[in-house]
Amino acid sequence: MVGMSVGMSVRTSLPVEQEQTQVEPAGSEFAVEDRPWQTIVWNDPVNLMSYVTYVFQKLFGYSREQATKLMLDVHHKGRAIVSSGSKEKVEGDVAKLHAAGLWATMQHES
Amino acid sequence: MIPWERVGDTITTKIDRRESTVLRGLVTQIDGMLRARLADTPQDELAELTGIRTGATTAPEDPILSRLLPDFHRMDGDGPSQEERDSAAALRSLHEPELLDHKSGVAGVVLDTCPPDGGLVKLSLEQAQAWLSAVNDVRLALGTTLGVTDDMPDELPEDDPRSPHLGVYQWLTWLQEHLVLALSDAD
Repeated sequence: MVGMSVGMSVRTSLPVEQEQTQVEPAGSEFAVEDRPWQTIVWNDPVNLMSYVTYVFQKLFGYSREQATKLMLDVHHKGRAIVSSGSKEKVEGDVAKLHAAGLWATMQHES
Repeated sequence: MIPWERVGDTITTKIDRRESTVLRGLVTQIDGMLRARLADTPQDELAELTGIRTGATTAPEDPILSRLLPDFHRMDGDGPSQEERDSAAALRSLHEPELLDHKSGVAGVVLDTCPPDGGLVKLSLEQAQAWLSAVNDVRLALGTTLGVTDDMPDELPEDDPRSPHLGVYQWLTWLQEHLVLALSDAD
């Protein structure tokens, strides 16, 4: 996946003592915390293919080749994950995409 | 209008009076809608004290505004969870004022640099990016109103009331496509 910079540093902030004394069931909240967030761009009939490619290059620093591949995924598959990482990072990416007029949302990786 | 031309860090084109009137009119109209949205947003005393602006928590009902100001999570489909609804409301409130400022800002650049009587449009790269953003907003608005789809024909039947507006939409598509080309030459 392009642009995977998973924010694993959250893990280090867990209080160690507590963790040892608690028995966490499978699929505990700690596992939830570690799942990265994803930025999704959805296909829409108005945004131009050339413009979408240009925006991916400008916002994420992707090469023209990478940006074109993601744009084609959006166009043909209806959506593409264009970045992922911590909630803050992805939230910022979605805000930037909205400023550019792209239809973007964020979701927790499942 | 002629295709945008790039020399160094300057991008130019010529626009005629009629084109300028149409573009300025559309940009002004959409900017007005966005400003009204901002003005409608209730500001509480806490926001005034802290200086931290909060925006609306719900998506606009107007389809154009709703397209220009999307939710941070998908709110359609299988039905979002309560957690997603709350998160979408919080994220909208946090980011929408800034997004509205951005959109008004790029609209302002077009109005400042597009001569009302037509003539030379001369842009820095930064101004050209603002045009790209503002023209895209206009196309999103028109596209929403026209109900543009992926397989929309280039021409509608003459008696279709949308026919003349589709011409404007296609002209703006051409303008934007060429502006992307001119800006991409930079890289």
